[in-house]
Amino acid sequence: MAEKVTFTIDGLTVQSPKGISILEAAKQVGIKIPYYCYHPGLSVVANCRMCLVEIEKIPKLQPSCGTAVAEGMVVRTQSPEALRNRQSVLEFLLINHPLDCPVCDQAGECELQNYYMDHGVYDPRFNENKKKRKKAFPIGPYVILDQERCILCTRCVRFTREISKTGELAVHDRGHLSEIDVFPGVDLNNPYSGNVVDICPVGALTDRDFRFQCRVWFLSSTSSVCPGCSRGCNIEIHVNEHFNPRYHDKRVPRLKPRFNPDVNGYWMCDEGRYSYPAIDAPNRLRAPRLRQGNGWQEVSWQEAIQKTAAALREALEIQGPTGVAVLASPQMSNEELFGLRQLFRDVLDVRNIEYRVPLRDKVYADDFLITADKNPNSRGAEALDLGGNGCEAVLRDCVEEQIRFLYICQHDLTRGFDEDQVVRALSKVQFVAYHGSRENRTAALANVQLPAAVYAEKDGTFTNIQGRVQRIRRAVAPLGQSLPDLEILELLARELGLEVQPGSPGEIFLQLAEQVPAFRGMSYESIGDLGQPMHSFGS
Amino acid sequence: MKILTKNMHVPNLREIGVYESLGGYQGLRKSLRDCKPNDIIEIVKKSGLRGRGGAGFPTGVKWGFVPKNTGKPIYLCVNADESEPGTFKDRLVIEKDPHLLLEGTIISAYALDCHLAFIYIRGEFSYGATVLEKAIEEAYSKGYLGKNILGSGYDLDLILHRGAGAYICGEETALLESLEGKRGHPRLKPPFPAVVGLYRCPTVINNVETLANVPHIINNGPEWYAAIGVERNTGTRLYAVSGHVNKPGVYELPMTVTLRELIYDHCGGIRNGRRLKAVIPGGSSVPILTADRVDTRMDYDSVAKAGSMLGSAGVVVMDESTCMVKAVRRITRFYAEESCGQCTQCREGTEWLYQILTRIEHGRGRAGELEILLDLCTQMKGRTICPLSDAAAMPVESYIKSFYDEFAAHITQQRCVILPAA
Ligand SMILES: Cc1cc2nc3c(=O)[nH]c(=O)nc-3n(C[C@H](O)[C@H](O)[C@H](O)COP(=O)(O)O)c2cc1C
Ligand code: SF4
Ligand code: SF4
Repeated sequence: MAEKVTFTIDGLTVQSPKGISILEAAKQVGIKIPYYCYHPGLSVVANCRMCLVEIEKIPKLQPSCGTAVAEGMVVRTQSPEALRNRQSVLEFLLINHPLDCPVCDQAGECELQNYYMDHGVYDPRFNENKKKRKKAFPIGPYVILDQERCILCTRCVRFTREISKTGELAVHDRGHLSEIDVFPGVDLNNPYSGNVVDICPVGALTDRDFRFQCRVWFLSSTSSVCPGCSRGCNIEIHVNEHFNPRYHDKRVPRLKPRFNPDVNGYWMCDEGRYSYPAIDAPNRLRAPRLRQGNGWQEVSWQEAIQKTAAALREALEIQGPTGVAVLASPQMSNEELFGLRQLFRDVLDVRNIEYRVPLRDKVYADDFLITADKNPNSRGAEALDLGGNGCEAVLRDCVEEQIRFLYICQHDLTRGFDEDQVVRALSKVQFVAYHGSRENRTAALANVQLPAAVYAEKDGTFTNIQGRVQRIRRAVAPLGQSLPDLEILELLARELGLEVQPGSPGEIFLQLAEQVPAFRGMSYESIGDLGQPMHSFGS
Repeated sequence: MKILTKNMHVPNLREIGVYESLGGYQGLRKSLRDCKPNDIIEIVKKSGLRGRGGAGFPTGVKWGFVPKNTGKPIYLCVNADESEPGTFKDRLVIEKDPHLLLEGTIISAYALDCHLAFIYIRGEFSYGATVLEKAIEEAYSKGYLGKNILGSGYDLDLILHRGAGAYICGEETALLESLEGKRGHPRLKPPFPAVVGLYRCPTVINNVETLANVPHIINNGPEWYAAIGVERNTGTRLYAVSGHVNKPGVYELPMTVTLRELIYDHCGGIRNGRRLKAVIPGGSSVPILTADRVDTRMDYDSVAKAGSMLGSAGVVVMDESTCMVKAVRRITRFYAEESCGQCTQCREGTEWLYQILTRIEHGRGRAGELEILLDLCTQMKGRTICPLSDAAAMPVESYIKSFYDEFAAHITQQRCVILPAA
């Protein structure tokens, strides 16, 4: 238990952990002190002077972001002097501001707008010409800077120095001539550059990608986890379901990082942030399809599942469980992997199951967030004990004509093996079922394509590289006729004549938690918004 | 009574031999021979010496704040950034008697248990830097600096660092940032430099004139020093007088001198027999004193009582031909240019003040704008990381309040109402 101090704020007697700032202590008891330069993930500079409060026995207002609470301290956040200061800081910040809110992308999530409601002057007295500065110019692949809107809080500068450690940005010149810019000849192109847009409290740094796509008040938000790598950064999926016909084919216009102190802090990488177009990408599989000679025919789910089940049954009849192999995917959720395991291993007694497919692509990884494993759930697959003798062995079995039915989930094998090798192997298999979300060279070799929903279209959990089980949630409906993986597996099981109890992902998870030791005792409630560590394996 | 300037007429005082022949470095010898570091702190406390850089903080007390035994090195930084308009006293010491500064620095460093000291000199002082560089070299070669100084076992290195031309680097924490190779941005306080200073180590920053007093205090004893001047305002000050006097210059006088004596007895009175209008008593940032305050004694406390500050003792004398709007506009421009730009009200406010004052001076002021100016000053004072914002606001506020009719006439008549000097 951290040491506590007792102090008074706006007449309320409060106990707070020793050493935290007045601003944070106030937040904890629901007292909001306005601020610009402060950010809990960055160093404290106290330069905006918005958060000044009155402290008894100290003659001058003090910055609540940079002053620690102390025993017996008496703080007033609403004193006339403190209120007048906020009003005045806002006035100073706005005298040279272009007031171009109608064409500003930040409108709706701008702290100048927000605080003005409470602390505005509403009676401007600035009679000079506003300063002209550079407007709307790209400073990197993802970020646009408008110097006129900048309030010089230096959050972006501190981010590039303290978090990305790349230092592309700086305050140039000084005094009233100060402006934010990249150093000459430098681009803001670090792997985490998009975060500066999130932390810019105003419309100075905007997202080149999201700009003018949608007014933010039309967006709804769903908590989820980025599937881009095994870090599993916590995110919000923003959905534009209600409005903007111009944008109807892009249901998800942006992703934002969601604070998780144990995983990603306040941040996420650009690769993950700008991965959202994959959700509505043209290469999504939208309907079940059967191979017809050299082409494909769209069919109903019923027909696709019937064909798949028939082929599976035949393989089992002719050769028994050894004639079947399954390539599960660490892109799938724990629940889905568990469902797959139940069906194939527990019921059909198939032993040839693997989930690891080597990737030959060169991948970027660092010691901050980005990991080399681009799958969100490898640890889950590992905990579910889905590893076999490796994908190479499966392909060898195919070539040796030991496999009559191959069920491939999500993988594109050609990213790990030569295409010739894959073609040769799959051509020796009587029936290849492809259960996945996108077209690729492996899906093209299958006999049936079963279109699966992507992470943003379903509920479930991923286990990240730290062994932390985290929830993904459905933000949009599955595209076209695609279905969440669990439902596909359920259809297949039914078609095989198995008794299946339909269950929600949450219910499946409870079964999983009962059967798999690493998940023992867990539930969606216990996982909550911030996740829960798995028990160490085998315990 | 002259202490710091008593030898300044001696030719080649800059040379170490000449300095030594006048008793130079005896204070250092005495300190190293007879005193423990703490003794010196006590002596300086007893002398009543107060900082000459602006705030007037008692020097010995400041030294006492430095925590010992933190395991970290302790640094001493000499603030030779002298850039406040109207202030040119440190320059005199640096250029004429550099060894006095060095001796004071070495004794003070010894008192602080400091083994690495810095002199941060204003970038524009290129001559002063050359002089100091040579003096430091001489001091090293004579064994006053370096290892085992005068056989005492005490080591001290001294580094001269030239600034790059920013006034704000005279503010002590901006100075530290600049020394560390960063932008000269004042730091948020607390923690104070005595605890967390240069490279996050305990650090003392002192003004040139402050340290130049130390050898004399050691040589003559704290009682002698404390007897000069008046209580709480001991010793002499280097008054840098400029403006409309017949004999501008640096005058060393005990702090018993009145403004009237300074102007009329020492500086030869007002030019061309004109009448006194106003005086800046302590550098451009302090509130102005009107002519009726001319009998104010020029010590810290009396000037404060008169409504201003002794500050850097840069005295700017203005006669009746001075336009107060023009004067304060020019001062405001300085602060607008020199604000580091961190704090909202200083960055935006200094320039806004300047814009309004410019219009008023050019006959384009509007009714009500004096009230706006006064309110802006209120909003700028006491709310920023360093006092530069106050330094910009205080003159504007005090000039308007002291010369309200003159400012108002500029607005109603839409022109300057002061006759240009003949
Ligand atoms: C904006 C600003 C500029 C300053 N410039 C100087 C300067 O040029 N020289 C100086 O000695 N002190 C300057 N000071 C005061 C220093 O911060 C500090 O108080 C002083 O160096 C301490 O030395 P002292 O105790 O010997 O006076 C300045 C302060 C401010 C706020
Ligand atoms: S660009 Fe945005 S984050 Fe950066 S200093 Fe300006 S307002 Fe702050
Ligand atoms: S008051 Fe002015 S000069 Fe001082 S830190 Fe703030 S912006 Fe910089």
